[in-house]
Amino acid sequence: MLGKLSWAAVPFDQPIVMGVTAVLLIGIAALLLLITVKGWWGYLWREWLTSVDHKRIGIMYVILALVMLVRGFSDAIMMRAQLALAAGGASGYLPPEHYDQIFSAHGTIMIFFVAMPFVVGLMNFVVPLQLGVRDVAFPVMNAVSFWLTAAGCLLVNLSLFIGEFARTGWLAYPPLSGLQYSPDVGVDYYLWALQISGLGTLLSGINLTTTILKLRAPGMGYGRMPVFCWTALASNLLIVASFPVLTATFAMLLLDRYFGFHFFTAEAGGNPMMYINLIWIWGHPEVYILILPAFGVFSEVVATFSGKPLFGYRSMVIATMGICVLSFCVWLHHFFTMGAGANVNAFFGVATMIIAVPTGVKIFNWLFTLYGGRIQYTVPMYWTLGFMITFVIGGMTGVLLAIPPVDFVLHNSLFLVAHFHNTAIGGVVFGVMAGLAYWFPKAFGFKLNERIGKLIFWCWFLGFYLAFMPLYALGLMGATRRMQQYPDDSWQPLMLVAFSGAVFVLCGIVLTVVQLVVSIRQRRSNQVDGDPWNGRTLEWSLPSPPPAWNFTRLPQVSSLDAFWHAKSASEPAQSPAGGDESVHVPRNSALGFLLAFCSVVLGFALIWHIWWLAGLGFAGAMVVWLAHAWRTDREVLIPVTATAP
Amino acid sequence: MTNISSSVDEPLDVPLSLRGPASTHAVVGFGFWLFLLSDIVIFAALFATYAVLSGATAGGPTGAELFDRHHVFAETLCLLLSSFTCGLGSIAAQRGDRQATYGWFGVTALLGLCFLYLEFAEFSTLLAQGAGPTRSAFLSAFFTLVGTHGLHVAAGLIWLVVMLAQIATLGLRPMVQNRLFCFALFWHALDIVWVGVFTIVYLGATP
Repeated sequence: MLGKLSWAAVPFDQPIVMGVTAVLLIGIAALLLLITVKGWWGYLWREWLTSVDHKRIGIMYVILALVMLVRGFSDAIMMRAQLALAAGGASGYLPPEHYDQIFSAHGTIMIFFVAMPFVVGLMNFVVPLQLGVRDVAFPVMNAVSFWLTAAGCLLVNLSLFIGEFARTGWLAYPPLSGLQYSPDVGVDYYLWALQISGLGTLLSGINLTTTILKLRAPGMGYGRMPVFCWTALASNLLIVASFPVLTATFAMLLLDRYFGFHFFTAEAGGNPMMYINLIWIWGHPEVYILILPAFGVFSEVVATFSGKPLFGYRSMVIATMGICVLSFCVWLHHFFTMGAGANVNAFFGVATMIIAVPTGVKIFNWLFTLYGGRIQYTVPMYWTLGFMITFVIGGMTGVLLAIPPVDFVLHNSLFLVAHFHNTAIGGVVFGVMAGLAYWFPKAFGFKLNERIGKLIFWCWFLGFYLAFMPLYALGLMGATRRMQQYPDDSWQPLMLVAFSGAVFVLCGIVLTVVQLVVSIRQRRSNQVDGDPWNGRTLEWSLPSPPPAWNFTRLPQVSSLDAFWHAKSASEPAQSPAGGDESVHVPRNSALGFLLAFCSVVLGFALIWHIWWLAGLGFAGAMVVWLAHAWRTDREVLIPVTATAP
Repeated sequence: MTNISSSVDEPLDVPLSLRGPASTHAVVGFGFWLFLLSDIVIFAALFATYAVLSGATAGGPTGAELFDRHHVFAETLCLLLSSFTCGLGSIAAQRGDRQATYGWFGVTALLGLCFLYLEFAEFSTLLAQGAGPTRSAFLSAFFTLVGTHGLHVAAGLIWLVVMLAQIATLGLRPMVQNRLFCFALFWHALDIVWVGVFTIVYLGATP
């Protein structure tokens, strides 16, 4: 009746897990109670849960990412604490099988449920505004994308309390992740959560690519598109081209696990190395899916706060698209040690080093934008300058690792861990934090507190260096990754330094919450008009927050930095000029929310082999979808009076 | 979809990229093309896997021993012919001729069913010979690649039935026309994938 599910699946014997469970259950109950008492359900359902407005969906993505950042970081600081304690005969407080789940969950959550939703959320919010249009190409599908991501997220979190998570690392290499060596549900949680959220990401990629290529304001040719839109285009093209590979690869591993196929088993002709090839054909483009939009944020921020047009717009675009293509030619550098041979390794090593060239072009473009500029040291600018220093270090250690003989020494060491955190934190996290501070006033109509914002930056900046510079050294000394303790006691001081870095980052995360609370309380005094930063692109021509339909009349674009030129020509901002039109906006839809509900049921049932429930979840999804297919009242007309400024 | 008609009255000498948002029909078609490309990337991964594992028979039967080309030729004919009737159905739908639309799409569905029946027969023969997907990595890859295509055809058939029901209840309004257009793209794409399957899997398995 309930498949593999029984009370034994709940880890009553683990005090840490049960404590977290209790706190979370109480927290969720309190939240639901608050919403009920305040009577917010109707508002939530109408304005958020069923919203198909790209701005609302973007904001929900970012909230999801911030919440999951807390979860992913809890894993991180637990690992750092474990390694700081486990020395001199002590074995720390985390047993190996628990520690293995924690590093797997940390990587999975940080990439799929923090970095991805944060980046996708920013693109969702910003791209249609910058393009001067009213929404994305497929607004309802946009909501479906978000809710599928949230569904995957829920499944990963369920694994904490019911059953366990994968112990295989964040990419679940077989044969370890095969049925023979991971017979429990951990890997199934991993696979189904990522299949569901991956589908959401793919749909989002199709949506934003179509939006950028087919829906732009009149006059906005490709050469007039803001750089953030270009990087979003590159990122979403990569999603469309690479996420299907992830889906296919996971599908094959699922067939191995559920039906005894032999794709990646160590017997009957299966080939585990093929999984590693396939997963990195997705995995390396994924790195650029995350970093390119961050580059786009930095480009917007640097130009705005230097009061200058971005230096080398064309070379920036070419570099972006160059990275987009090259990112598919380097996947093998993740496993030089596979033994593909000197020539193959040389090709991928050289290809990897070549990517440093367009990236370097970008760094110089940002530097030259700063040069001679009237620089304002705002919070987004702090993140950007911190990024330019940190990311260059990460890039250089990356080029080191691209040399196959060096990689043979450093493969799977803490040096590698330090390198990718160097680029992921110094690049992606700094980028999304810059984006958050930069576009927050556009989304809500008031600024985030600047002083706390700068403190947050310093916590992350110092925290990063304290946490990861020691790992470079440890990696060079021979420390391999994914170890619950190390036999060499002389490494403990560096482990303690790394832990102190994690504490700094913790302060940064706590301060982020403080900053939100303080800023919301001070929202009257921090209130801004449409253009708080003296911006250059079209989103700043709108009121903050913009109306649901963004532009009453689409702007006519005649140059790059369209809003800047409109301002300097002292023309009135174009958009509200003719606020005398009725506007069609897409009607709300519960499709995304209901599909996500059904897919959580389906995924949970498949993980626990509850076949009747899986059938029910699938049938539910089909019914919801069919009901939507017959819906004909898809748009609402906003009358003239409401759109007038 | 935001439906802005500003592109209609633009003079034609304005380059396409400067004319503002494209029409709903163009946007839907383009989005679906992207979806198809992503679907074809799934098949690319499965083809690559098949290519790597096609020799990994683990002492079991090889493709040359198992495949019956006459049978597969019949399957191929069904599918290619269904693409042709699907095209005729699309033309009928564009003309607004409901009877012909039902007719041609009905024939398309029948041919699709024939294809699925033939594939099902092939699979059950293989299973009866003990050459199921758990026998070897080669057979895992074979059943997954060909079966994924079969699943797509089955999904396409369900979609087609839904579309016929939509024509009956909603008529050939633009929304339904756009969906029929996407369905036709999907059906033709499955044909293209099948050409790859036929060439690489069946013709590739020479003794």
